Formats: sequence, structure tokens, C-alpha cells
Amino acid sequence: MTSLTGRWPGLRRPQRKYIPVLATLSLLAVMYGVGAVRYEAFSDGQVILNVFVDNAFLLVVAAGMTFVILTGGIDLSVGSVVALTTMLSASLLQEQGWPPYAVLPFVLFVGALLGFAMGCIIHYFEIQPFIVTLAGMFLARGLCYTISTSSIPITDPFWTSMAQSKVRFGEYFVSPSVIVALVVVIVGAYVLSHTRLGRNTYAIGGNPASALLMGLPVARTQITVYAISGFCSALGGVLLSFYMLSGYGLHAVGMELDAIAAVVIGGTLLTGGSGYLVGTVLGVLVLGVIQTIITFDGTLSSWWTKIVIGALLFVFILLQRVIGARKAR
Amino acid sequence: MTASLSGHMSALTRRRLFWPVTILIVLLLANLLFTPDFFKIEIRGGHLYGSLIDIVRFGAPLIMVALGMTLVIATRGIDLSVGSIVAICGALACLWISGQDDQNSVAGVLTAVGLALGLALVLGLWNGFLVAGVGMQPIIATLILMVAGRGLAQLITDGQIITINSTPYKLIGGGYWLTVPFSILLALGAVALAVALTRRTALGMLIESVGGNAEASRLAGIGSRRIIVMVYVFCAFCAGIAGLMISSNVSSADGNNAGLWIELDAILAVVIGGTSLAGGRFSIGGTVVGALLIQALSTTIYTVGVPPETTLLFKALVVTVVCLIQSPAFRAKVFQRRRRPSARAAAREKTKVEVAP
Repeated sequence: MTSLTGRWPGLRRPQRKYIPVLATLSLLAVMYGVGAVRYEAFSDGQVILNVFVDNAFLLVVAAGMTFVILTGGIDLSVGSVVALTTMLSASLLQEQGWPPYAVLPFVLFVGALLGFAMGCIIHYFEIQPFIVTLAGMFLARGLCYTISTSSIPITDPFWTSMAQSKVRFGEYFVSPSVIVALVVVIVGAYVLSHTRLGRNTYAIGGNPASALLMGLPVARTQITVYAISGFCSALGGVLLSFYMLSGYGLHAVGMELDAIAAVVIGGTLLTGGSGYLVGTVLGVLVLGVIQTIITFDGTLSSWWTKIVIGALLFVFILLQRVIGARKAR
Repeated sequence: MTASLSGHMSALTRRRLFWPVTILIVLLLANLLFTPDFFKIEIRGGHLYGSLIDIVRFGAPLIMVALGMTLVIATRGIDLSVGSIVAICGALACLWISGQDDQNSVAGVLTAVGLALGLALVLGLWNGFLVAGVGMQPIIATLILMVAGRGLAQLITDGQIITINSTPYKLIGGGYWLTVPFSILLALGAVALAVALTRRTALGMLIESVGGNAEASRLAGIGSRRIIVMVYVFCAFCAGIAGLMISSNVSSADGNNAGLWIELDAILAVVIGGTSLAGGRFSIGGTVVGALLIQALSTTIYTVGVPPETTLLFKALVVTVVCLIQSPAFRAKVFQRRRRPSARAAAREKTKVEVAP
């Protein structure tokens, strides 16, 4: 729906479809404002950049998740695929002695292949995405432990250089991972808004039956989005292994929840068909700023993060309901 | 003769419980190869001992959670928050008991249990309100409590692991009553109660009708909302009991790890048991078999000596196989392509005739 009217915005209800994204943006601004008022060092631009640095991998994973959720599906396997990627990279680099330029494409391929396989099962055998990706989650975590049950440190020069190098502009800096994540987001946003694949993704999420009747390639699109999500998870895993410099089966436990939360807070409907990648970026930033505020405060315990994320989820879903109800009227 | 035999066979394989039960039996028999006295059950010191008893005993919390989950899924819902409720209830009960002067006082333990289960009911009511009152998708509505609940559990335990030393509380998850582990009796009682309520009264049919089409059921005069709220409350209550069992078995409460991923295992057990995630029908017996299957799988992996971390791998395998076998699309595409179309049609005619009486 959105994609059809996207070229001619604002004919009937100008801003309505942007309301969730705008709400997230204002929430982010308020949170940043509160932080800046309460803690002196908070207003430093580097703090915001650090939010990007610490959440680059989540950004990539959530971008992939956005594609899946836009079709009305869900991908629970992302956290495990991230862990599998870190494990696979570490094991291939350290124990098998593969060069980095062979490891990178290989792990990305494995991630995309896992997503592709899950997409095929979901589409051709008509099993709920929830269950299939749940099995994928178990499979990927299990594979981690067959490689090793302990953490493998990565000492490869390319990996350490990616971990330590900084992209500087002026007095501020970001890690190379942030650049990768932003490229992924920009490519993803372009695909969603300007390509056939993107329009098909929105159409399937809007109504799969009518998408099929319209002659859209439902099978291909549905399988592609899961492959994209698998690829993004693997890329997120690579970025996480840059960040952590280790491979471990317990990395990224529960990351699927963070990714889903970021997508929902970013205003994407979980029933599919409506949402923007930029919203997901804002969602990730909201999660990051919450963590930063809790770190800055010092008196708040880490579990408040979860409680606040839960409360935010509640507020945003309620907001979606209100907007949806108004639209229906 | 052969035709009728194959007819009987295919009628049997079409039974909802056939595949899960077969896999469970195969799994148990496989254990026999590694431990010859696997099926031996003996009474030692007035208590029942044996591998089979252990499977049911350790599977009891999962059976409880999966039982509640079955009814929720039957209404075309899902409850992701059960793991968090398990953690919260265990944490609250242990916190209350640890604050008592005499941790062994029965009254104190009963208060703790009452408080924890009361809180579980409130949490279930919250889930039910979000789904039926606000009209959120169940997966999202319960996601809220799943995320926030872990934080709440840690808030209750203050991020620590609370250890207690209370004999009456220990009974719930780790004790014996009349030679049988008490948790098995609890689970059995809950299953019997649920079966009686849903299959001996109209309640089960109402739940299935709400799952089939909530709006149509409402128009037909069924209080859809009330039923939906009820199943979420029941599910949370079951999860609360499971939380007590788990924390009682280890005499401690861990807000972070208690009941971690139990929601996924429970959903798995329900799906393996043949309850459709699309709602509209459920099988409590199937769920119990599914939960036992998952527990038997873990036990098998321990006895066979495979590293326990690979349990996940086997779980993935079992889920995929069971789901594929149960998927009509898969059966249509894979099994029937091998036979000749005419023979297939004839076979189908035959089974239909034989199944009818």
C-alpha cells in the first residue's frame, strides 16, 4: 500500500503514515534532551557516535529483520546466526588458518544460505515462520557448540585492525563497522523504496492473497527476504566479531528480541505491509540511548534497561493501535 | 488382505498422536542400547527411582507450561512471557521465604506460594487484557512481558541468586509424596483438571471455536474476550507453578536464567503434540507426549554421552522432522509424488471408506 502511494505523497492523508516514525524521533529527542540536561558529558557528540559504535551489529541485524517483518513474517534465528558467524569466523581463522578474504564471503554465504533454506521451508511447506525460524535458532546455536563449547579469541591482523582503527572526522570518530552498517541501511532503504523487490515486500505484507492474485512473485520475494535476513545476521555477526574479537556460542543471546523491539519501536507494523528502515535505525538508537543513560546514571541497575524497553514496546504498540483504529474509520 | 492392511496403516499414521508417540518410543528404545536397565523402576528408600521417572520428574515444569500454552494456542494466540513468569514467581517465592525467621514454617511457605501464584494470575490478566481488551497481536502483547519480565525478576532478586533452605518448599519440585515425586503428582493433577474442564464441559469447544474465528464466536453468543482472558490467566498460573517447581528443585531463584527458553520448548511441545498454531483445535494428550519427547531427548543425549550442548541440534532436527511430517503441504509434495496419481486416488478412496465407520 505504502509503496504505491509513496511516489505521490500527501494526496489525502499527508503525514499519517509517518506518524510512528515521527513519534520515535521525538522520543529519541526527548531522551537525548533529558540525558543532556541531567548529565554534563552527555551532550558531547561522541556519545551519540558511541551509540552507533556499540550498536552497529544490531543495526545490521535489525535492518534484515525489517524486511522479514514487512512481509508479515518473523525471524527468531538472527541471534543464533550472529553467534554462529562469530564462531565460524573464529574457528576458520584461528584453527583452520583460512585467510580473511576467504572467511568473510564464506560466513556471509552460510548466513544467507540458512535464511534461504528457512524461507524455502516456510514457503513451500507452509509451516509458520515462527516455528521454522525457531528450529533455525536451535540449529545455529547447536552448530556453534559442535565447533567448540568455549570462547575462541581472534588474533587475525585484519580483524584486529578492523577492531582498532577509527574513521575520524574532525575531533569525532566512528569504527569502520558503523560505516558498514550505514551502507547496509542505505542500500536496504533504497531496495525497499525504489525497487521491484521492495514493492513486492510491502505488497505481500499488506495482503499475501491479493499479492498472489496480482501475479507478484510471492515465492521468490518471501524466500529472498529470509535470505536477506540471514545475510544481514551473518554480516552483523562479522561486525560483532570485530567488536568482541572472539567467537563464542553464547554471543548475542536474546539479540532477536532486541532486533524485534527495535523494529517495532521504529514504527513497523508486525502484521507487515507498513514501516520504514529509517524507523528501525531510530529504534536501534532509542535502545542504545537507554543503555547509555543507564550507564551514565550509575545508580540504575542494568535490568532497568529491560523494563524500560518493555514499557516502550507497550507504548508504541498502543500508539500503532490508535493510529490503525483511526485509519480504519 | 494387503490392501486392507495398508489401509489400516495409513489410517493409523493419520492419527494425530501417531508420529509423536512413535518417535518417543523409538527414542526410549534407543536408550536401551546404551543403558540396558533403562526401563527399570525400583523403590529405594520409599521413593520411586528410575530413568523413566526422572524423565517425567524433570519434564514436569515443561508439562505445566506447555499445558497452559496449549489452551492459549488453541485460541490462535501464543504466550511468549511464560519464561519470564517462571522466573518472577520463583524469585518472589524465594524472596518471601528468605525473609522469614523460620524458613521451614509451613505457613510462611504457603504464603510465599500464594503470593507467587497471585502475582502469576495478575500477570496473566495483564496479557489477557492486552490481547482481548486492547486487541494486540498475542505474539507482541506477550513479547512486552517477556522482555520486561526478565527485568522485573532481576528487580525482585536485586540481581542476585537467592538461596533458601526450606524443607516444605523443597517438596514442590524436589520432594516425594506417597513414594512418587510430588512434581509429577502436581503435573498429573493439573493435566487431569484441564482435561476434565475442557473435554467434560463445553469449555474446550468454546475455546476451539474462539480459535477458529473469534468474531464469529462472539456473534454466536460466546464471550470470546472472557475466554481469551481466561486462557492467558490459566497459562500464567501454570507457568507460575512451573516456576515454583524449578526454583524449589534447586532451592534458589535466579532471575536471569530460571525458565530461560522454556517458552520455546513449550511451544515446541505443543506443536509436536499436533495442536495447530493456527488455532481452532488442541490436544492436551499430544502436548504431554510432546513435552515428554523433548525431555526424553535431553535425557537421551546425556545418557548417550554426546556433549549436552548439542541438544539444541537434535531439537532442531526433531522440530523440523515433526513439523514437516505434520505439514499437509509437505506430505502432498513429497510422499504422493512417488506414487502414480491413479493409485494414489484409489488408495485415498479406500482409506476414506475404511475410516468412515
